[in-house]
Amino acid sequence: MATATAAAPARPATGDGHKRKKNALSDGQGRLAWMLLAPTLLVIIVVAGIPVLMSIRESFFQANAGVDPTTGLVQQGDRFSGFANFTNIFTSPDTVPGSYGQIGRFANAFLNTTLITVVCVIAETILGVAMALIMAKAFRGRGIVRAGILVPWAIPTIVSALMWKLIFDEAGVMNRILGSQILWLADSASSFWAVVIADVWKTAPFIGLLTLAGLQTIPAEVYEAAKVDGATAWQQFTRITLPMVKPTLVVAVLFRTLDTLRMFDLPYGMIGPGKYRVETLSIFAYIEATQNRYGPAAAYAIILFVYVLLVAFLFVKLLGADVIGDSAPKKKKQKRDRGAKTAEVPALEMMGGSH
Amino acid sequence: MTFARPARRVLIAATSLTALLAAAACGGSGSSTAPAGSGSSAPAVDMSKHGPIEYWQGKDTSGNAKNLIAQWNSEHPDEKVTLRELPDNADQQRQQMIQNTQIKDTKMGVISVDIVWTAEFAANGYVVPLPADQFPTDEFLPATVKGSTYFNKLYAYPTSSDGGLLYYRKDLLDKYDLQPPTTFDEMKTACKTIKDGEKDSKLNCFAGQYQKYEGLTVNAAEAINSAGGVIVGDDGKPNVNTPEAKAGLDAIKGMFDDGTIPKGAITWQEEQGRQAFQDGELIFHRNWPYVYSLAQKTDGSSKVAGKFGVAPLPGVSGPGVSSLGGHNWAIAANAENKGTAADFIKWWASSEIQKDNALATSAAPTRSALYTDPDMVKKYPYMPILLKSIETAQPRPIAVQYGDVTLAIQDAAYGALQGQTATDAALSSLQTKLQGLIK
Repeated sequence: MATATAAAPARPATGDGHKRKKNALSDGQGRLAWMLLAPTLLVIIVVAGIPVLMSIRESFFQANAGVDPTTGLVQQGDRFSGFANFTNIFTSPDTVPGSYGQIGRFANAFLNTTLITVVCVIAETILGVAMALIMAKAFRGRGIVRAGILVPWAIPTIVSALMWKLIFDEAGVMNRILGSQILWLADSASSFWAVVIADVWKTAPFIGLLTLAGLQTIPAEVYEAAKVDGATAWQQFTRITLPMVKPTLVVAVLFRTLDTLRMFDLPYGMIGPGKYRVETLSIFAYIEATQNRYGPAAAYAIILFVYVLLVAFLFVKLLGADVIGDSAPKKKKQKRDRGAKTAEVPALEMMGGSH
Repeated sequence: MTFARPARRVLIAATSLTALLAAAACGGSGSSTAPAGSGSSAPAVDMSKHGPIEYWQGKDTSGNAKNLIAQWNSEHPDEKVTLRELPDNADQQRQQMIQNTQIKDTKMGVISVDIVWTAEFAANGYVVPLPADQFPTDEFLPATVKGSTYFNKLYAYPTSSDGGLLYYRKDLLDKYDLQPPTTFDEMKTACKTIKDGEKDSKLNCFAGQYQKYEGLTVNAAEAINSAGGVIVGDDGKPNVNTPEAKAGLDAIKGMFDDGTIPKGAITWQEEQGRQAFQDGELIFHRNWPYVYSLAQKTDGSSKVAGKFGVAPLPGVSGPGVSSLGGHNWAIAANAENKGTAADFIKWWASSEIQKDNALATSAAPTRSALYTDPDMVKKYPYMPILLKSIETAQPRPIAVQYGDVTLAIQDAAYGALQGQTATDAALSSLQTKLQGLIK
């Protein structure tokens, strides 16, 4: 709200001046700038813009699926179905037994996605910050510890999924250590925790690394001053470390949240498809697409996209996550503030390749 | 002005790139209209064109497909076949075949179709019907032909089959003077005798495949069929909410409850079960023929080499009924050189090549005569039992939306076996789901 009213007076300022000669520095270089940016913009349009538009279009269509009773052949082609793919989510009789009782498959996947994200991100943040605090300390063998902590992050997710599948096997290492026979890879509450454990193991180092970078920007004098004033270690942590590392930490948590909301390969590779305790929205959309129901699959993917966007927006608004690193001159340049909002989308797209 | 020309060139290049990618993206969507072979003019499949083709199948694990294709290529230099190996995972194979049909790949000539995809591929026009005069089926096992047929038309030529077998510890059964069981009850009695005598706490009685995946559909269908029930009746209508089907599912559930099947087997696929059997932890094991040569290995990987035998599957109220497996070859709808594709399939399905392939890969042949062939029986002593298994085998439900059907069956069976739902409730909701899926 605040930005909207603040931006209002800025518009006439750019509008009534001479657009071209607004800035002496960029005078005559607009075309060059466009040309230099064109390849990047083009790639973004081609690999992100067009597919997104196409899937939005797709989500309003359904494939014809009637079978001819004499030849057994399926009708071909698509038909426009309006919002049917979206409304069917609520009316579909296809219920599944998940952790929340017998409910619709989409609702189940949505709740799984949310619950996994909340649990994983909280655990990862706590562990990640602890890791960062350890890594920041100067001690012998620090290099090895830092490298060691990062190993899980460097392993491709699908590889760690298969690795954890062996660990969580009914006759695997985990059950030997625990001395029990927990059926992690069945479809039970333990399957959910298996996914959480594997995900935390894999991505806590990511939060740790980013937090470490934040910790290293805190000047040592602040701590010295605190010591002189007689602050305890806990006070130093809550009054100095946390507030000063918060901007970096919030961005790290934001990235992890967005990433976990799209979780696919860990539950799919480790527990398997059709396991309703761990079926996320991405998995559900994927399974629908492999059944050649591209319309509903696109609809679910779009809902996930909007959900992710909403969460990102809330993060930026409520926690002040500074994704592109230009929070300082906010008051001065409203135009850049507006830019920050549109820049969220590229930031999200960038995350797409990291998982 | 010097910028203008390169800029325009970049723009043109970029525009064409955009178009290309957009076209590629289009392929994934369902926007394609009627493919070749649909509608009532189906018989007019042009099989006159000859030339190079591609043959698509899963991973060539034995390497023998390459050898046979090299042989074909040296005999047919103008109609060369290129092997396209797909991932090991059946779902991914299916998906890649469908995607390449949707982008109208003309090079994809012959595809190796899993028996359960037949209805889907035929109904969607991904593959073309094979003319009966060119593809005689009288020398093939009837079950394999039935599995390749959809609405009275042959859509794929049977090239390999598969049936379940009961592997048993011959040394233990002989020690206690027991015969391989024909029913689950007999099996339980045999287990009790052996376990009482052996006093080995690690020794379990029986296991099949009960993880939630296609293997569960196979095992659940076998139990239901052997109890006299059906999932989908001969009339093509789902009929699974019956006392017989309940008896079948209850039998597996009961074996889990009384410890006949180890608790952990709810997460087992073929390989975990094979491992347990090879480690000497199972007395009886339901698996496919591929296990035979692996369990017979004397390099130390198998503790039961030379100590096991093979018998027909046991059942609930009588002899067991296997689910039918196998891959059959079909001609892709958009293939350019369908003539070569047809010739290649006929050549591969011929008696000599099937025998050569079966001896090299242990793939179960589809021609009845090969099961009594002396060379085959010498190499694979289980051949007569496998023949019996395949002859009495039942196909899994034939459905255009097979992916949904199998998931529904797995939902019902897994919920019941895990104890989350009662078997009768699971079966009645399965019946409702199947009625919506199979019309």
